[in-house]
Amino acid sequence: MQRAILALFLVLLGIAPLVLSEFHVTLLNYIGLSALVALGLVLLTGVGGLTSFGQAAFVGLGAYASAYLTTATDLPGWLAWAGGSPWVGLAAGLLLTAVVAWLLGSFTLRLSGHYLPLGTIAWGISLYFLFGNLSFLGGHTGISGIPPLELFGLELKSGRAFYYVIWVMLLAAVWITRNLLDSREGRAIRALKGGTVMAEAMGVDTARSKIIIFLIAALFAALSGWLYAHMQRFVNPTPFGLHIGIEYLFMAVVGGAANVWGALIGAGLITILKQWLQDLLPKIFGASGNFEVIVFGIMMILVLQRARDGLWPILARLVPEARRSSRAVPQGQALPKKAMPQAGADILEVRNVFKCFGGLVANNDMSLTVRAGEVMALIGPNGAGKSTMFNCISGVDLVSEGEICFLGERIDHLTARAIAHRGMSRTFQHVRLLPAMSVLENVAIGTHLRGDKGVIPAMLHMERTEEQRLLAEAARQIERVGLKASMFEQAGSLALGQQRTLEIARALAADPCLLLLDEPAAGLRYMEKQALTELLRRLKAEGMGILLVEHDMDFVMGLADRVVVMEFGEKIAEGLPEEVQSNPAVLEAYLGGVE
Amino acid sequence: MDLQIALLLAQDGITNGAIYALLALALVLVFAVTRVIFIPQGEFVALGALTLASLQVGKTPGTLWLLLGAGVAVALVDLAQALQRGGRRRIPRIIAWNLIYPALVAAAIFLLKPTEMAMPLQIILTLALVVPLGPMIYRLAFQPLAEAPVLVLLIVAVAVHLALVGLGLLFFGAEGSRTPAFSDASFNLGGIVINGQTLWVVGSSITLIAILYLFFERTFYGKALRATAINRTGARLMGISTVMAGKLSFLLAALIGALSGVLIAPITTIYYDTGFLVGLKGFVGAIVGGLASYPVAAAGAILVGLLESYSSFWASAFKEVIVFTLIIPVLVWRSLTTHHVEEEE
Repeated sequence: MQRAILALFLVLLGIAPLVLSEFHVTLLNYIGLSALVALGLVLLTGVGGLTSFGQAAFVGLGAYASAYLTTATDLPGWLAWAGGSPWVGLAAGLLLTAVVAWLLGSFTLRLSGHYLPLGTIAWGISLYFLFGNLSFLGGHTGISGIPPLELFGLELKSGRAFYYVIWVMLLAAVWITRNLLDSREGRAIRALKGGTVMAEAMGVDTARSKIIIFLIAALFAALSGWLYAHMQRFVNPTPFGLHIGIEYLFMAVVGGAANVWGALIGAGLITILKQWLQDLLPKIFGASGNFEVIVFGIMMILVLQRARDGLWPILARLVPEARRSSRAVPQGQALPKKAMPQAGADILEVRNVFKCFGGLVANNDMSLTVRAGEVMALIGPNGAGKSTMFNCISGVDLVSEGEICFLGERIDHLTARAIAHRGMSRTFQHVRLLPAMSVLENVAIGTHLRGDKGVIPAMLHMERTEEQRLLAEAARQIERVGLKASMFEQAGSLALGQQRTLEIARALAADPCLLLLDEPAAGLRYMEKQALTELLRRLKAEGMGILLVEHDMDFVMGLADRVVVMEFGEKIAEGLPEEVQSNPAVLEAYLGGVE
Repeated sequence: MDLQIALLLAQDGITNGAIYALLALALVLVFAVTRVIFIPQGEFVALGALTLASLQVGKTPGTLWLLLGAGVAVALVDLAQALQRGGRRRIPRIIAWNLIYPALVAAAIFLLKPTEMAMPLQIILTLALVVPLGPMIYRLAFQPLAEAPVLVLLIVAVAVHLALVGLGLLFFGAEGSRTPAFSDASFNLGGIVINGQTLWVVGSSITLIAILYLFFERTFYGKALRATAINRTGARLMGISTVMAGKLSFLLAALIGALSGVLIAPITTIYYDTGFLVGLKGFVGAIVGGLASYPVAAAGAILVGLLESYSSFWASAFKEVIVFTLIIPVLVWRSLTTHHVEEEE
């Protein structure tokens, strides 16, 4: 059904310029150009969660670079060879945009939360004023007489001829974007929205993922600008201002920023509406001006109030989805595994660790060890500092003082990513997963470090063998923890206990030799707890070291080989489960002292 | 550049900086209470200035239609809610504030001949017209999304900004306006001529800041706003209505914006879209203060004014480029120094 609709859409696109009037073809050209920019925003904002109001400035860079190179008669000597050809102009525009985007990105992408969109407003305005004030770019009058595109010796002067160039490029962009999202790198990008802590703990370089989508979005915009310059054969700063940048964002949000097709729908809707309103409103109001922004503004408010995910999800619901059960469990050759350390060897050593938050000492002189093939339980009342200890070990927080060694190497100064790389994997006390992604995809994030194919192969889907192997590994871990029945469900639809189990599968998919489990049994039913105990016993027998934080004493005492008890950030007891259970200090901590 | 020019530029910078400081305070206030990054703050500057200009030349300001329209819209939404959820006692108040009050303002404009009024009365009429738009916009655009993430609120704020700019163009046209100065007096201070209007701007800013300080420190409503800013849920449990806090903060923001517009209208020509850049410069100041500290925000805003005035002397074409590029290092510094708690979706 979905395929049939897609095919119909492509056929209609193909014959459109043969049957439509010049006016409508031009309108479709503009839709295509805007959709290209909006597509970049889908990737950046809808998928990656980074909001940009400044994309119009990148469109301008692409347009101006080619416009300048193809029209300037006084190019400096070192640039003279690049003059005249739009195709060299394209290469130059993309290169320039990549450099500018990389520079802006390396500054502004470090901005947290709402500071980033404010940053994009700032450079959006800066670049716009720069275009208008540089005399070699023609100032506010702009550059005219830009040569038309030439393809196979043919000059593409008509809108109909240009139509195919625009739409072929747009569809190619849609294709590579979809491919990218459906890959190892794509999962890393989609993980950005769930916050960087989880992604980094799974070994994703979130800073790199951010700059990648920022660059792709900027390059799509620059491509759109290049097409615009050679179609219009005239550029001035107006279409590259902040208000147009805002319009691009509106397109993505109205269409549905989480899906590539949302970009096309949003671009189509806003472009047609703009055309119509620009005709209609001046007649109604009896004055000329860009009154359509009033309608756009109000429309945008209503969309965000009533349908925050945009139009695409509403449309997609009309088409029946392929049946879940028909999906095949991914098959693939097993991935290579790291060698497990010798059973009984100390793999984790925490020595005299202090962690302070301002005046609060959350960990006070904590020491503990975990051996390969044992379950070490860390217990203690709420607020004892157990999760802080976990965060210090896994690199989410830095220790204030003390040493942590993993497999004989100091790791207390390493990032979470580097620690994950060395074979430690963890779950979180407050479940961190991507609710809109399937269980399989969520677990596959855990395999991130076991693949190495980058962005370009992913865009062209040339990494399918590796991808199959990663997915097959994820499927195996899902089966292992007993979630096979919900492999293709949305992770957000699982019960809390199952979500915790999913996190264990995700951690296992990374092929760790030390597993850090933060309250894995919370929210599990009795049978599920027994299954979890079974699973952890098997892992232990395979030589895995497990460090466990847990409140369920039956669960802990039946499973743990050794126990460390914390209270007020300090270790108050350590030993075998039986010893600890009869330790007076522990009894006092849990049950209160006898007065 | 000699000392004379340097001092003149400083005077210019401080005048503009005082306005940016007022706007920065409003932005900090709105963000702290409602988490809205209030991009349309600048539009109130333009609406205030242009409404006053219209009144002075005897035209009916278009903002009147906006007030009447927004009043009807708020009344409809609130009445529907009151009828559905059983809040019938609120009905008289809803009608009074959203239908009768705008009608009274309209009557005042049509019957009282604003052109013949003294300037202070014209200003009061302008404020009476523009300021209620603040809470009305809060009710229509932001209140239904009060619990949404900051980014969604930001996009809504940008949408409100667009709509208001479009309406500004519709109401006042593309031509700019300038209003007569409050006083023609000027003083000669060691060879520098200080304009009366400059003193008015700086003096009013300081007065307004002092009043705001007293409001936040001494009054019940000011304390309620501060409580909401610190902890929304906590304030709510203590019986402070977050809706009231939101509307009140938007009321203050609109008041500060419109008053700023009235103050600078005699100094620069105001166009329908001038407000945006003015507001953004206030923003730079607010960001220097991390959208949290009032004094640092005000100091940052003065700095922006000075920077702008000096860069317009050295590289006037690149004035905006310089001012807005300099936000980026400030933003980077801010986001590195503020402890950021990850917002989960």
